[in-house]
Amino acid sequence: MYNIVSKTELVPKIKLFEVEAPDIAAKAQPGQFVIVIHGKVGERIPLTICGYDAKKGTVSFAFHEVGKSTKGLGCLNEGDSIDNVTGPLGNPSEIKKFGKVLCVGGSVMIAPLLLQAKAMKESGNNVTTVIGARSEEFIMMEEEAKRYSDTVIIATDNGSTGFKGLDFLKDLLKKEKFDRCVVMGPVVLMKDVSELTRPYDIPTIVTLTPIMIDGMGMCGVCRVTVDGEMKFGCVDGPEFDGHKTNFDELILRQRTMLPEERLSSLLWEMSGGCKCGRNKA
Amino acid sequence: MAETKPKPKLNKKAVEMAKQEPKARAKNFSEVALGYPEEDAQEEASRCLQCPKPQCVSGCPVEVPIPAFIKCIREKKYAEGIATIKSKNALPAVCGRVCPQEEQCQKKCVIGKMGEPVSIGRLERFLADWERKNGSQLPPKAPPTGKKVAIVGAGPAGLTAAADLVKLGHQVTMFEALHVAGGVLMYGIPEFRLPKAIVQNEVDYVKSLGVDLRLGNLVGRIHTIPELMKEGGYEAVFIGSGAGLPQFTGSPGENLGGIYSANEFLIRVNLMKAFQFPDSDTPIRIGKHVVVIGGGNVAMDCARSSMRLGSDVCLLYRRSRDELPARQEEIENAEEEGLVCKFLASPLEFYGDEKGWVKAMKCIAMELCEPDAKGRRGVKKIPGSEFTMDVDTVIIAIGQTPNPIIQRTTGGLQSDPRHGTICVDDVGKTSLDGVYAGGDVATGAATVISAMGAGKRAAKAMHEYLTNKK
Repeated sequence: MYNIVSKTELVPKIKLFEVEAPDIAAKAQPGQFVIVIHGKVGERIPLTICGYDAKKGTVSFAFHEVGKSTKGLGCLNEGDSIDNVTGPLGNPSEIKKFGKVLCVGGSVMIAPLLLQAKAMKESGNNVTTVIGARSEEFIMMEEEAKRYSDTVIIATDNGSTGFKGLDFLKDLLKKEKFDRCVVMGPVVLMKDVSELTRPYDIPTIVTLTPIMIDGMGMCGVCRVTVDGEMKFGCVDGPEFDGHKTNFDELILRQRTMLPEERLSSLLWEMSGGCKCGRNKA
Repeated sequence: MAETKPKPKLNKKAVEMAKQEPKARAKNFSEVALGYPEEDAQEEASRCLQCPKPQCVSGCPVEVPIPAFIKCIREKKYAEGIATIKSKNALPAVCGRVCPQEEQCQKKCVIGKMGEPVSIGRLERFLADWERKNGSQLPPKAPPTGKKVAIVGAGPAGLTAAADLVKLGHQVTMFEALHVAGGVLMYGIPEFRLPKAIVQNEVDYVKSLGVDLRLGNLVGRIHTIPELMKEGGYEAVFIGSGAGLPQFTGSPGENLGGIYSANEFLIRVNLMKAFQFPDSDTPIRIGKHVVVIGGGNVAMDCARSSMRLGSDVCLLYRRSRDELPARQEEIENAEEEGLVCKFLASPLEFYGDEKGWVKAMKCIAMELCEPDAKGRRGVKKIPGSEFTMDVDTVIIAIGQTPNPIIQRTTGGLQSDPRHGTICVDDVGKTSLDGVYAGGDVATGAATVISAMGAGKRAAKAMHEYLTNKK
């Protein structure tokens, strides 16, 4: 059992858990993920690590409540326990002094992106961080971003705060020379940013989030095409070269179980959602 | 004395074991074979000749004292019978169900030369099921040796090695990467062939012997093997991490939706209980027309599971019926349930619809050619024989290779670069001192019992190693 030490609602429907898991905390590195399982027939949910403290023996991850499993997880509170947390899985990010690093994060993935931004900053890089979301309401962790970056830029899809859309990036890339770009967020964001950095040959690292089950190379559901080759997101990644990733295939593969996911979520809501009553759906 | 009475005439026919009717069972996930009632077990046990030099035992990879446990059944000493089996085999309820006895113990049975061999597997199952109903007794344990042993992977090889080593007095910790123990017995073999409650019962038995089980602990990521030995104080390690990495055909279109590796399909259905979705949380999407590519036991498991989920299933195999590597019994069961086979055909390409879901596949006819060095018939494509099939789900069951995480994170551990298997000697010793391996990770994908045999041999060698070590 893995005790929840703290629970924070970052923005509506996005929650951050800090969980007691000393073995994982001792080994975790930026870029890796954990698999969280709760309930007797619970799904195995892959979540990117967004913090760890080896001394305290804790590891943190953020999740977006979109389906039955993540909504159920969101019902848990401080002091509750999660049945199983497995990790750290996947390969760590490459962290070293590159020079000028552009970090772009969208939605829930802003949380793990900032862990990487922090590591990049500590390795002597000049870090520009872009945090983006649908609208102002969902912009999260701005303070943390400022702490770990030399420059912070806010952008939203609807322009309710900061820049509207990604057009500002074109100007930024024209004006400033970056040595590396790291993107974490929705696949469309990773695809668009990779296209924008391509003309400037900026090595662009994306964190792919295909469907996963075991998360350690067994099932192959997370297969992605990178540079024309089949790779497994869980053991070969989760980070890949954004200029060589087949994002369109990934988008289709992410949607393969959408009707079932919706059904499951709907039935859960209809049956009253969270049974603990502390967090009514 | 029973032995001095005139022997009844030898019965050449084995006592049949009741099964669910094909039509009924093809729609549910309950166990197909129902097991012997006591009187049937008595009758079948009476067919055993109690040979003084039993051949059957030599056919068993873990050398179960077969005539001895059958004698116990005759004498209705069931507790003694199961203890006799468990002296050699920690997982009899599993072996009684999924061992290929026809290739092993029963193949050597003397009665088999005149008629049907004694149904050793069914009798083993009878005793294991009797024990589950009547409670198990713990075997005697040697005094503690003070030596710590790590077992990597709680599948058939690891469970067997753990049980043997803990009985010899060692302190055993078993690390399992998944959230449940049992390995392929849990994630691979379907409920209708091996109910998961039975596997759990066997796992609980191994735990009750004193094995410390750590779930969700992926060796190589949390602790590497060198770390376990240096910092963790483990003096010997057994690697039984199985063959978990799925192989794909490499044909274009293989990443379309609706194309599953056998592992993904079986993990969803068995481990994550997708057959109970939406009561369970992990879904499976399956169409009406399923093609399973491959011809082994895993392919049969996928095909029979698909039928139970309501699909019509065609098995596509590149060789002919005679070369099917699956157990005969499984092929017969599958065909009774409605499996259609297409032999001598191989996939070339998969086509998808606008949503990226598979809708058709192009195949090519194959012909058999000369056998290779191992005696397996080769195959070649027949030019111009391409044909297209409409499908909405494809399951690729063409084999698994070992997961490379341990090999990559254990310096000095020799492995076969082509197959990814860990190199071992006869008793499972690897290139590293104190490190042993066995089961699929050393042999490539094989059977449950061969993995158990390897676990047993390694446990014996590890015990000798630990005893001789200062």
